[in-house]
Amino acid sequence: MNVKTIAEYQAEGKSPEIVFWVGCAGSFDARAQKITRALCEILEYAGVEFAILGNEERCTGDPARRAGNEFLFQMTAAMNIETLNLYGVKKIVTACPHCFNTLKNEYPALGGHYELVHHTQLINSLIEEGKLKMKESGTFKGQRITYHDSCYLGRANDVYEAPRALLEALDVDLVEMKRSRKNGLCCGAGGAQMWKEDEPGDKRINLERVEEALSVEPGVIVANCPFCITMLQDGLKAKEKNELIPVYDLSEMILSNLK
Amino acid sequence: MLQSILFILISATAAWFAFKGFYRIRRNIMLGKPEKATGNPSLRWKNTFLVALGQQKMFKNWLPAFLHLFLYVAFVITQVELIEIFVDGIFGTHRFFAPFLGGFYTFVISTIEILSVLAFVATLIFLSRRNVWKVARFQKPELKGFPFRDANYILLAEIVLIIGIFCMNGGDKALQLRGLEHYHPTGAFAVSSWLGPSLFGALDTPVVIGIERFGWWLHILTVFGFLVYLPYSKHLHIILAFPSTWYARLTEKGEMANMPEVQKEVRIMMGLDTPDANASGDLPEFGANDVFSLPWQQVLQAYSCTECGRCTAACPANLTGKKLSPRKIMMDVRDRADEIGKNLDSGSQTLESYNDGKSLFDYITPEELHACTTCNACVEACPVLINPLDIILQLRRHEILTQSAGPNEWLPMFNAIENNGAAWAMSAERDSWKH
Repeated sequence: MNVKTIAEYQAEGKSPEIVFWVGCAGSFDARAQKITRALCEILEYAGVEFAILGNEERCTGDPARRAGNEFLFQMTAAMNIETLNLYGVKKIVTACPHCFNTLKNEYPALGGHYELVHHTQLINSLIEEGKLKMKESGTFKGQRITYHDSCYLGRANDVYEAPRALLEALDVDLVEMKRSRKNGLCCGAGGAQMWKEDEPGDKRINLERVEEALSVEPGVIVANCPFCITMLQDGLKAKEKNELIPVYDLSEMILSNLK
Repeated sequence: MLQSILFILISATAAWFAFKGFYRIRRNIMLGKPEKATGNPSLRWKNTFLVALGQQKMFKNWLPAFLHLFLYVAFVITQVELIEIFVDGIFGTHRFFAPFLGGFYTFVISTIEILSVLAFVATLIFLSRRNVWKVARFQKPELKGFPFRDANYILLAEIVLIIGIFCMNGGDKALQLRGLEHYHPTGAFAVSSWLGPSLFGALDTPVVIGIERFGWWLHILTVFGFLVYLPYSKHLHIILAFPSTWYARLTEKGEMANMPEVQKEVRIMMGLDTPDANASGDLPEFGANDVFSLPWQQVLQAYSCTECGRCTAACPANLTGKKLSPRKIMMDVRDRADEIGKNLDSGSQTLESYNDGKSLFDYITPEELHACTTCNACVEACPVLINPLDIILQLRRHEILTQSAGPNEWLPMFNAIENNGAAWAMSAERDSWKH
């Protein structure tokens, strides 16, 4: 896959329309890497000139900050802002709601001002602009699908409609869980929980969520966050349903539906 | 005359104790760290108007919302009647406003009566929800003991108040029918016009006069009792919901407040900034470990919490059996502020050198803090814009930065971010997904 870094753009004397912030999950987690590649393919299809930061990208600091480690957050954030400002980055797209939230809401106070879009928002506007042509009867047409709102795209940033607009574009049969949108239930990974075991309790949070998803009998569960996807897949595995019900990111569904 | 003197004495006593109680609450709230609530007054007024006055967020669940609305509107409208009770109480008049207001008077009292009936029904349902049907969010461990009784006291007081109103108005109507001069006509009240004569119509006049007076005194004494009790009760929300919603943060829920002092320190360390010439060498305490290190607006929120538990019912950690309960976090902050206040009042501690060897960590365990997924469900659930998450995160900051404690499992993540720039220790290139 030929994806250029912003340094390569600059060497050619050009600057990209938008920077794709890949994030740690998107860079290193095998499942999330597929989402990274899917988004790149969509952007290429639509003719969007985009760049990644490559090795100049660091963790935004979201898990460190939420764990309470403000020193580490400030350190990694300052380095990222130095890099982004050096390249004069104006607009950023990311497939991770945690990166999205930190870059959008927390970097401005540290001198990093960028226009942020979540990939579901960007894909939605590309469809509206006619840059993504969808198949008449795609893979997911009429399929019974449930959508899991991530906390960091949903409640944290009030983005509920763009992902649902994509599901509409895919012409799926969307069945909402009882706890959705503002009342959506967490997958259990946020607040640096991804990096630790659960505290003692009756049940894991992802299991609670997966049980709720299964209760609406979907063929596919769709999410917008690499951490949610991991948690939902783990939950399905615990329920021995992982072979029957896939968990997709919206970008993967859109990619498979392009003409 | 005797009644007037008694009334004035009781009013003055109640006012004094209520003043002392509310003054104490204000002092406790101000134990918090000074912090400006900055900007955007128009949005703040809008929040107060819609969320506190208009109860917008209650209507996520229509049954409790309507029941609560009945109680609330009845409570507010009944205050109109209190004006007259005061005039009558001080000057020994009887239904002072009736002759002046005529039909409008009948309309106002009738409205109060209809709302009182609705409030009566609502109160019975509320009592049942807590004591008979045992709705889950009222059965959590943090509600055991005083909080559980407190809620029942308030509901029982509401019933007593309504009994008072109908004894007063019903007795009055029964006496009016007998043509007694003192009980001048007031027009037909919606409820007591039939309730009064049918309950008290057969009784002797002196007995009915006694019932009317009993109702009048019961009404006003319940109100005074309520006023004096309020500063000790979770029911304080009827007042504090207003300032609390006004001062609520306006930023996106996902945003964590910046720590400029840490930012500065890190930038100096990285050579991006220079130290202030007059900066002191020692670092301050980071995060919050006590009421003193929380912004006062958050202590205000703790006193505004009415322990409804919508936050806890929505909390993913709590509903999967973890110890964390966002409601308990708010109650703990309030109880700790109360404890500090008591030590100050008794003179065993002074504000300048307060040290009782305790902190919020004696109330809130690390296990609770570590269970939070920062999902904001509690924040979304609160009908009065209380934010338990902000407090949890400040305690986490204290734990990590000042106590150097926290879950060991986080250390590899911290090290990876510091040394690899990634949340996991990876040897691969960051763009290895391309291949």
